[in-house]
Amino acid sequence: MELRKSYFADQRKDGLNEIGQPRPRLDSPGHVTGKTAYFADRNFPGMLHLKMVRSPHHHARIRAIDTSEAEKHPGVVKVLTAKDVPHNVYTILILIQIGPEDETVLADGKVRWKGEAVVAVLAETERAAQEAAAKVKVDYEVLPAVFDMEEALKPGAPLVNEYHGQNHYLYDSGECRKVRFGDVEAGFAEADHILEQTYQSSPIEHAPTETTGCVVAPEGNDRFTCYTNTQAMFFTLDNASIILQMPGSKLHFVGGTVGGGFGGKVDVIVEPIAILGAKLTGRPVCFIYSREEEMQISSPRAAEKVVIKDGVMNDGRIVARKVTGYTDAGAYSRHSPYGAQKGAAHYPGPYTIPNVWIDTYCVYTNRTPSSAMRGFGVTIGDFALEVQMDKLARLIGMDPLEFRFINAYRDGDMKAHRQPTEGAALIECMQEASRAANWPVAEKFMAMSSYRKGG
Amino acid sequence: MAKVPVQFTLNGSEKAEFIDSGTTLLHALRDKIGDTSPKGGCHQGTCGACSVIVDGELRLSCLTLAETCNGAVIRTTAGLAEGGVLHPLQRAFLDAFATQCGFCTPGMIMAAKVLLDRTPSPSREEVVEALSGNICRCTGYEPIIQAVLSAARSNSQNVA
Repeated sequence: MELRKSYFADQRKDGLNEIGQPRPRLDSPGHVTGKTAYFADRNFPGMLHLKMVRSPHHHARIRAIDTSEAEKHPGVVKVLTAKDVPHNVYTILILIQIGPEDETVLADGKVRWKGEAVVAVLAETERAAQEAAAKVKVDYEVLPAVFDMEEALKPGAPLVNEYHGQNHYLYDSGECRKVRFGDVEAGFAEADHILEQTYQSSPIEHAPTETTGCVVAPEGNDRFTCYTNTQAMFFTLDNASIILQMPGSKLHFVGGTVGGGFGGKVDVIVEPIAILGAKLTGRPVCFIYSREEEMQISSPRAAEKVVIKDGVMNDGRIVARKVTGYTDAGAYSRHSPYGAQKGAAHYPGPYTIPNVWIDTYCVYTNRTPSSAMRGFGVTIGDFALEVQMDKLARLIGMDPLEFRFINAYRDGDMKAHRQPTEGAALIECMQEASRAANWPVAEKFMAMSSYRKGG
Repeated sequence: MAKVPVQFTLNGSEKAEFIDSGTTLLHALRDKIGDTSPKGGCHQGTCGACSVIVDGELRLSCLTLAETCNGAVIRTTAGLAEGGVLHPLQRAFLDAFATQCGFCTPGMIMAAKVLLDRTPSPSREEVVEALSGNICRCTGYEPIIQAVLSAARSNSQNVA
């Protein structure tokens, strides 16, 4: 790959000596020799196996739980229900003051999605835990469920999560995160053409090769060592401390080695209950998702719906953009209120548009809780925006790449969320793309620069 | 549960264990013998992370009962380096940046070894076919293919 140092030559003084040079990865020798220690490679004498009893219903009231048969099953050491968890209702982002706490470690009186954890069984072997879990009797009263975001937002829809009180997250700005810039209606009034389109995506599972899990060992010094494949060590430690009402100094987290994460291992799901099991039994505990659990239970990328309305001029300028975004959080918040908020800042795209109106909703449904995945909050939005850009270019009969040059943001441009653009390189990227893809554009676009003083 | 004896050679060493009847080779290797280089990714024979070599054949250890391996000669990635010197495949994986999270790597190397043992100079298509049962979810397939082709080239140079 050719490294072009001519771009921003008067602005960037770095030597860029490392780029393009191979450097050995520090973790590779362990990988190729099989010596890398993943959490599941830890094995302790007397280790118990934890299996979860899960809700077969999307939405149901729990009338009663009977664990007596499971407790009598050979090899079973402990059966845990909601009353065993010191602080059972939590939410991950409470650490950065994004509440309310809205999710149960073990279901208490109600389940809100199919697969929700209800009872934890700890046994001498994986098989005994599995067999005993099948003997737990839960009496459910099935409730109406809602799976569609627009249905969930209608008056009279089944209430998914009582901790919120309505089927959307309540931001300090109200029912949605809002961006208001210029006068979008005046922009539409002056536009030569208006195009409104709706884009939708399904949930996407990360499907890491190594499933989610942890191994917890009680130590002689009254601490618990938790070997985990979490992607969020300190989030997990702090949330475990809250859920277990245990000072962080009692918890020693060992991790950083992750057999594929892609954002799917940032939720705090397996560690607190495994640590609790180790505390109440005094034995090491292993809790590993089966492949089926990884596919069905772990948070996917949220389903999204994006409605984009653009006003465009015949000369290629976009003069108004109105976006309504919906993020399907599933039954619980996890990281989705943040994802929806990120979308609000992102939706204008890397384009300078004088009149912008954005609303993004984080919606609760009785679906598997969604959470982080590679660029969550912006990836689906980018898909929608760039498809929209191609459609707009077609509408006015313009080359789609030249259309993007006309609207590209440049240093100094004010973005819709009131951050001035700095360090933009979109134009330079598109110039390289034009050359690499042999997709020529007019010379005036090849002479442009993101750097205002550069021409 | 009744225990059954099982005895085999693992990477040149004699191993003997009493196991529960029905224990998979993957569990026997990892939990009883302590060789954790084969990984459990799916426990249903679809991801290839547990691949080992049994009597020269590539096997999914998660679907292989340990008691069927009595008297077998078993190789795993943990035993590939000799005298602290990496096997050419291991060297090639390092040099080609063919690892990311590393979880599929031991299985990939086993599949590649069986290929090169039989077909020392494979075509690209033969490499792709040989690795087709191993999933890399980081999707770094191209460097892995290049690593296997590179190992094959270095082997042929050593022979010549």
